[in-house]
Amino acid sequence: MRPVNAQITKIVEETPATRTYFFDASFKPEPGQFVMVWIRGVDEIPMALSYDNAITVMNVGPATSALFGLGEGDSIGIRGPFGNGFRIKGDNILLVAGGVGAAPLSPLAGKANSKGIKVTTLLGARTKEELVFRERFEAAGKVLVATDDGSIGKHGYVTQLVDEQDDYSQLYCCGPEIMMKKILDKVEPGKAQFSLHRYIKCGIGICGACCVDGLRICKDGPVFTGEVLRKSEFGVYSRNERGEKVKV
Amino acid sequence: MLSLTLTGLKLRNPLILAAGIMGTTGGSLRRIADSGAGAVVTKSLGIEPKSGHPNPSMVEVDCGYLNAMGLPNPSYKNFQQEIDIARAGGVPVIASIFAGCALDFSEIAHGLDADAFELNVSCPHAHGYGSEIGTDPTLVEDITKAVKTATDAPVWVKLTPNVIDITSIGLAAQHGGADAVVAINTVKGMAIDIESGYPILGNRSGGLSGRAIKPVAIKCVYDLYDALDIPVIGVGGISDWKDAVEFIMAGAMAIEVGSAVGNNVNIFKDISSGMEAFLAKKEWTINDIYGMAHRI
Repeated sequence: MRPVNAQITKIVEETPATRTYFFDASFKPEPGQFVMVWIRGVDEIPMALSYDNAITVMNVGPATSALFGLGEGDSIGIRGPFGNGFRIKGDNILLVAGGVGAAPLSPLAGKANSKGIKVTTLLGARTKEELVFRERFEAAGKVLVATDDGSIGKHGYVTQLVDEQDDYSQLYCCGPEIMMKKILDKVEPGKAQFSLHRYIKCGIGICGACCVDGLRICKDGPVFTGEVLRKSEFGVYSRNERGEKVKV
Repeated sequence: MLSLTLTGLKLRNPLILAAGIMGTTGGSLRRIADSGAGAVVTKSLGIEPKSGHPNPSMVEVDCGYLNAMGLPNPSYKNFQQEIDIARAGGVPVIASIFAGCALDFSEIAHGLDADAFELNVSCPHAHGYGSEIGTDPTLVEDITKAVKTATDAPVWVKLTPNVIDITSIGLAAQHGGADAVVAINTVKGMAIDIESGYPILGNRSGGLSGRAIKPVAIKCVYDLYDALDIPVIGVGGISDWKDAVEFIMAGAMAIEVGSAVGNNVNIFKDISSGMEAFLAKKEWTINDIYGMAHRI
């Protein structure tokens, strides 16, 4: 598909570093699916959909910085939704979100809650101000918080909160790769799903630039079970736009 | 039933993964080998690491795909271990290589251990490389000759269709000592976003692959089969066993599959079983259909 034109209808400042961009096009994604967001003349980057018609973005590089320069009424191009999202399993799920990793997990919380599934969220960020979508997760169930600076909740990493939760049917995790690797090493791999991030070029499973070993993040993922990831280079290496290995 | 010897390499079937598809990691090449390919070709490798063009670098259009990746690669110096991982899949691993001159091509071929080399003198969207070289018969002959001197492995030359007469370039490769030619690389193309007027690809224009270019590729293979003594490997828009049979009838000794892998990673098994069933039904061998269109 060619990029669909999407006009920005509303911008919400979620945290000092994170904004949600709503647009006039709706994509009916499965929670965890992503789109390729084209900031014309700049770049095209993969972003999780945080609503049917929105992406939630942290300003981390040239493309997101250009996106932060856009206002309501401006347009972007969108291809997608692509990939495989989270599969809901069981009736008591645990979400583990680090930073802007909350973006793909928040629609999952809403969807699971609407099906009568018990949802518990472990939400982590650097500071109290950087917690993303706390209210959305609270609307879906219980929320436990951890911050790096201890400004709210547990003083430390969200990974430490997982130890106290062991009665879930399935765990869903998205955040920095080091955090996800810690979770993977801690839990039963068959009971956990992870949403991965990689440098993506084509977005449609052809070029192989986003491969973790033989797995295509854009087509086979971005969500994988822990069992699949345990045997891979996930958490050890990623690859940059040149295909060079970079230590995680 | 489908096994063959191609430029000295033993292949269990004539179905090869095309360059630039799932070819960045040893693991992804291995996956394609395990899924039934007869051989795999790596992403094109150059002298130095290269980032490629800004995104969008690939987009689906009505009749195929447009891409302008811009030859992103970690350099051949960082790729031997990926080739070794892929080789554990038990099928030949062909290194696609690109450079701006014969000397650099030679350095890469000398520095890599691969089962064969495919010279990319045909990428349509990288300044100073690819088809900027591959449209000049003298350069193609010189580069082929240089690589043949630098390695004992078979050398395939991948040709661009963006020329008036592809056979003149094919003959140049043959004169340079090429063991085979591969036809075709992508056809120059472009798409423009009508909402904004922006060319969609980050590089503005690129190369067209997929269904749309199959008849173009069939004609190129047909003409090359007539003109050359060395084998022709066909590529361009192959997405099922019927396409593969058509290429072989046009004169391809083997075929490469590219874009169609995106929607079907198991396409190599699908094509080989489809071809086997067809040949059995017709009571033909693969040799019977090789170049068949030229004999009737």
